[in-house]
Amino acid sequence: MSDTLSKIEKRTAYILLLPAVFLVFSIILFPIFANVWISFKEVGLKDIRIPEPRAKKIVKSIKDSSDEIKIIYKLRNSSLILDIRDVKFQDKIPKNVEPVNLDERCQFKSNIINCNFGNWKAKYKENFQIILKNKKGEKINKKEIKSIKPKLSGKSDNILLNTNFTLKNFKKVFFQNEFFDLLMTTFYYTFFGTIGSIVFGILAAQLVNQKFFGRTFMRSILLFPYVGPVVALAYTWELLLDPYSGTLNNLLLNFQVIQEPLNLLGQKYLTINFFGFDLKLRLALTTVIIFEIWRYFPLAFLFILARLQAVPKELYEAADVDGAGPVQKFVSITLPQITAVISILFMIRFIWNFNKFEDIFLLTGGASGTRTLPINVYEQGFTISDIGMGSAVSIVIVALLLVFMFVYFRLLGKRADEN
Amino acid sequence: MKIRSLILYSFISSIFLFSLISIWKILSTLQGIDLKNFNFAIILSLGIGISLINLVIGDKLNNYVKSIVFASFFTLIDGFIIQNMPIWYNIGVFGIIIFYSFKIDKYNQKNLELEHSSQSVLFEFLTLFGIVLFSFVILFPFYMMIVTSFKTQAALLINPLDFSINFAQDIKELFKSYFVIFDTYKFGRYILISTFVSVGTVIITLIFAIPAAYAVARLNFFGKNFLSTSILIIYMFPAIVLVIPLYTVFSQLGLRNNVGGLLIVYTATTLPVAIYMLQGYFKSIPKELEEAAIMDKLNWFGIIIKIILPLSIPAISSVALYVFMIAWNEFLFSLMFLDNPNSFTLSRAIQYLSGDAETPRQYLMAGSVVVTIPVLFIFVYFEKYLVSGLTAGSVKG
Repeated sequence: MSDTLSKIEKRTAYILLLPAVFLVFSIILFPIFANVWISFKEVGLKDIRIPEPRAKKIVKSIKDSSDEIKIIYKLRNSSLILDIRDVKFQDKIPKNVEPVNLDERCQFKSNIINCNFGNWKAKYKENFQIILKNKKGEKINKKEIKSIKPKLSGKSDNILLNTNFTLKNFKKVFFQNEFFDLLMTTFYYTFFGTIGSIVFGILAAQLVNQKFFGRTFMRSILLFPYVGPVVALAYTWELLLDPYSGTLNNLLLNFQVIQEPLNLLGQKYLTINFFGFDLKLRLALTTVIIFEIWRYFPLAFLFILARLQAVPKELYEAADVDGAGPVQKFVSITLPQITAVISILFMIRFIWNFNKFEDIFLLTGGASGTRTLPINVYEQGFTISDIGMGSAVSIVIVALLLVFMFVYFRLLGKRADEN
Repeated sequence: MKIRSLILYSFISSIFLFSLISIWKILSTLQGIDLKNFNFAIILSLGIGISLINLVIGDKLNNYVKSIVFASFFTLIDGFIIQNMPIWYNIGVFGIIIFYSFKIDKYNQKNLELEHSSQSVLFEFLTLFGIVLFSFVILFPFYMMIVTSFKTQAALLINPLDFSINFAQDIKELFKSYFVIFDTYKFGRYILISTFVSVGTVIITLIFAIPAAYAVARLNFFGKNFLSTSILIIYMFPAIVLVIPLYTVFSQLGLRNNVGGLLIVYTATTLPVAIYMLQGYFKSIPKELEEAAIMDKLNWFGIIIKIILPLSIPAISSVALYVFMIAWNEFLFSLMFLDNPNSFTLSRAIQYLSGDAETPRQYLMAGSVVVTIPVLFIFVYFEKYLVSGLTAGSVKG
């Protein structure tokens, strides 16, 4: 009895799960595996279109004969790379009209012209011509003929489905793509963005955890950058930071903090003279990291605040009795209470910052030394139009992510053991 | 009185005062006032002076009288240094000093002698300092977004720091950018598309996620643990690694430039977190209720509809709001999948607008205001639900 019940339970579970699992599998897991496949192929953006036979129909009258008319079909293979096999053509013509001297590849049968064009090579082009004659010697209606569209069909290979593989993409990723520079930029961005957002998150949480007028309001506005649409925020920042018309530069110039406008998003290096040493600062990268911190510290803030509010008040009261000052209270009560949250936050944010695409794309488009791995995927795939390369970079990202996740779950497991 | 506390108290409070005055000056500059200097040294010494006098006077003078005296004194000197300021600027300065005097009022000679007094002073003023600074840094871009949308390109070229809004002008002139983006750039249509996509994503996600979450929370089946871990792992994979295969497949299937294609992708990417959030909540519902329902011969469908759903309205609302926000703000997929202006979402439309270097920036900002306002409104109105959603959904970038 219980056995059948558990069977029913199992079956119900699978039925309930099936739609969600199917959708996630086809939209998330399948593409990840498809990336592996594509990354071993030489595919450009233009190759992914399935080749189609196309025909443009032009109708012309013939001089000195009103009962005859000429149709020119501009035939072509839409693909520049792939052949089309067994191209079939079909077009209807009105009643009372018949073709004259029909091409030998074609047949005429009850108002329908059927042609078999055979194989078309890549880039194939032909001007195919039919002359129509009215059987009764009347004038042919050009418009009627023009309104009928010819039908074409053909067989072709899908470049994505054939089995030609190559290691070229990976060679290019590692040896021709300034791979080391790419990796370093990504890590700078990820690491400093993560650390910064956590530090500011702690500060903000510490603030809001105290009683003051307008505290709930403060908590709301602190989350604004996180919930606002990235497009709007990035463009606002871009306007603020513009070297010529931007508000920030104009303010700094106005109050004589700087003598010349700074191109905060368009300049790769800023040389700072520091006690006689020339320090080179990655300017655009720093700006992008600051935007990142501005946008994502609210999340850290939210987590840490939730944790802070769960710290028992008695601990602080006891510390007061013992005569501890604010600094001591922070170091010996607050910090130990939030280390667990901070480490989880660090790992989550690290992974997400590592994946971040939109923010940099909208601010700099990856120029002036802000090219990270995700930006490179887009660049390779859609700017240089090399789908294979884009996939290869995606694979590198996935591989690194798997490493991070392995570490993450390892540490999480350890923590669970300790508790 | 400890000398260290005294120095910290006077110094830090004056720095705080300086930052308040400076922010006021920046905001005034953006109203077109010609201010060239923060006068760091003068403001700082005035602040130190006021804080020290405050200690000397102590409780001998009523708090209100004291504040007004300080404020008048400071405003007079400030007005003497930078002359020809409009009256509202001076009123603002006056108000800031009143606020400041109230903040330093509680410090007296006795107070500073207590143990840890220097630390307390430091913490207190850093808190105030932090509140002011954080609010300024966060709100400033939003403020600039709104005021820019009311200016014209020509006015901004003449004085790039004058963001004052002339309310006396005709309402049509004032809201010109908004009229233009709705008339010329079809933003009304984009709002509809964005709303349709976001609401659609919420509905489909819930339809898929509620049964799946129930199965994960309540039923026993082979591979359950594996499934719960994979939900989290899948959620960590970024959109950017899915983009190329999805782009190729969607191109070949003709699903690009199609709102339906966008709906599928949004649903799939938000499903893992929706399931994760819901199953956590379902687990907290007492099992006895369902056992009673099974006695009444209710099937699984009935249980979900009649028992689970009514009890988890709060969790479902927070998932719905969270998913709505993700879908509304989403950019990467709409960039990849839509290139026909007839099927743009709001985010994509703004990006398209910015692609044309000729587009005046007030239009761009008006568009940004249009896409931001609904999200912020929903956020403020349903904050309770959304915050719990954000915390549970935690991992979304």
